[in-house]
Amino acid sequence: MSEQELRIRKIRNGTVIDHITAGNALNVMKILGINGKEGLVVSVAINVPSSKYGRKDILKIEERELKQDEVNKIILIAPNATINIVKEYQVIDKKRLKLPAELKGFPRCVNPNCITNSGEPVETEFYVIQSEPLKLRCKYCQRITSQDDIFKQF
Amino acid sequence: MDFKNKSIISIRDMKRDEIDFIIKSAEILQDNWKNYKDYLKDRILGTLFFEPSTRTRISFETAMKRLGGMVVGFSAPEGSSLAKGENLIDTVRVIENYCDAIVLRHPLEGAARLAANYVKIPVINAGTGAEEHPTQALLDLYTIFKEKGGIDGLNIALLGDLKYGRTVHSLTYALSNYKVKLTLVSPPLMKIREEIIEDLKNKRIKITETSSLDEVINEIDVLYVTRIQRERFADATEYERVKGSYRIELKTLKNAKKDLIIMHPLPRLEEISQEVDYTNHAVYFKQVKYGLIVRMAILLLIFGFELK
Ligand SMILES: [Zn+2]
Repeated sequence: MSEQELRIRKIRNGTVIDHITAGNALNVMKILGINGKEGLVVSVAINVPSSKYGRKDILKIEERELKQDEVNKIILIAPNATINIVKEYQVIDKKRLKLPAELKGFPRCVNPNCITNSGEPVETEFYVIQSEPLKLRCKYCQRITSQDDIFKQF
Repeated sequence: MDFKNKSIISIRDMKRDEIDFIIKSAEILQDNWKNYKDYLKDRILGTLFFEPSTRTRISFETAMKRLGGMVVGFSAPEGSSLAKGENLIDTVRVIENYCDAIVLRHPLEGAARLAANYVKIPVINAGTGAEEHPTQALLDLYTIFKEKGGIDGLNIALLGDLKYGRTVHSLTYALSNYKVKLTLVSPPLMKIREEIIEDLKNKRIKITETSSLDEVINEIDVLYVTRIQRERFADATEYERVKGSYRIELKTLKNAKKDLIIMHPLPRLEEISQEVDYTNHAVYFKQVKYGLIVRMAILLLIFGFELK
């Protein structure tokens, strides 16, 4: 299926998340807490050819908008994703996610002996040292939290 | 270089010129420390030891008192957890009202950085978690500098448990600022973490790893010995065997360079035989004095005194 064909099946209202790093659509669904029981109409395309990235995943969710904290988490596993808000078959807003140089408040640090995991009233803080696959360095304990470590937190 | 009011949190934050500056300052103090005995006379140092470390605490307290300062603080008894109840952030905010600088020892990684973020007075990390012990690394460098006349160009071997040893990690990062050859000698199960090697890839340091001290003993200038801990082994026989094969005795040193120095962060158990103490190689007790001098220098610097 070409990108063109995929675009033909438009949704009326909802969100289209495009250019998800190939193989990660199900993780994005995890972030959004979608398991099928909500009754939402969801279309998932996995490992479809992409002119830009070789392969990609696409997720179309009808009648659902994303909250900012959900968007912030999606960046961490799909840094190239774009989020299209659709109203009456029209894309009314298109956001390209951008991984910031530093992160605050999410994810948790992978190191159980990190001070941020001890109940102190403090948010985690990371430097992004690599985007794909993601590698974050904790500002407190300096340990590396990887993409896999983040997946385990969902 | 201005260290006034600066916290000493991680050796990884420090650039070579900053480390050299502390070493130079310590060297100035080395023979003249008595001239500085009143410099900190109105200052109070808070020593917060959330886990016990008698040696480090005494070293800091002596450093402060030798400079005329006073010390308040607490030390958690072995095995207890002071971390219960009040959180660290509140504790340091309270202590900040009593003293002019804080020395912090804590079982969790990142604790000193967190503390420093919440107070206006300088915080000195006296050991946090498994990673950081910057003043130990600085005193180790100073010891090498004093005993070998410099650091660049040396072949420095670290021996023992390189995976969990806090001193080893801090010292490795500290040495990575210098043009040295680092020889890592450890049982295969206790090799330094891959992550650390990765971190040092772009540095000037050249690293080789081996499990045999015999193979490298004739090439090294500095032998830094650390303990192999019983807790790391499931099997007692295996522990005895490994421990025995990394023990430093006179016969271990047969092929060593004449001017090899042997260092140890102390306390020493059986990893260095007492017969070695009487050789010219042993500098581990001198290291304690160098440690005092380095901590005195650091205190003077963070309180705004330059050593010239
Ligand atoms: Zn951490």
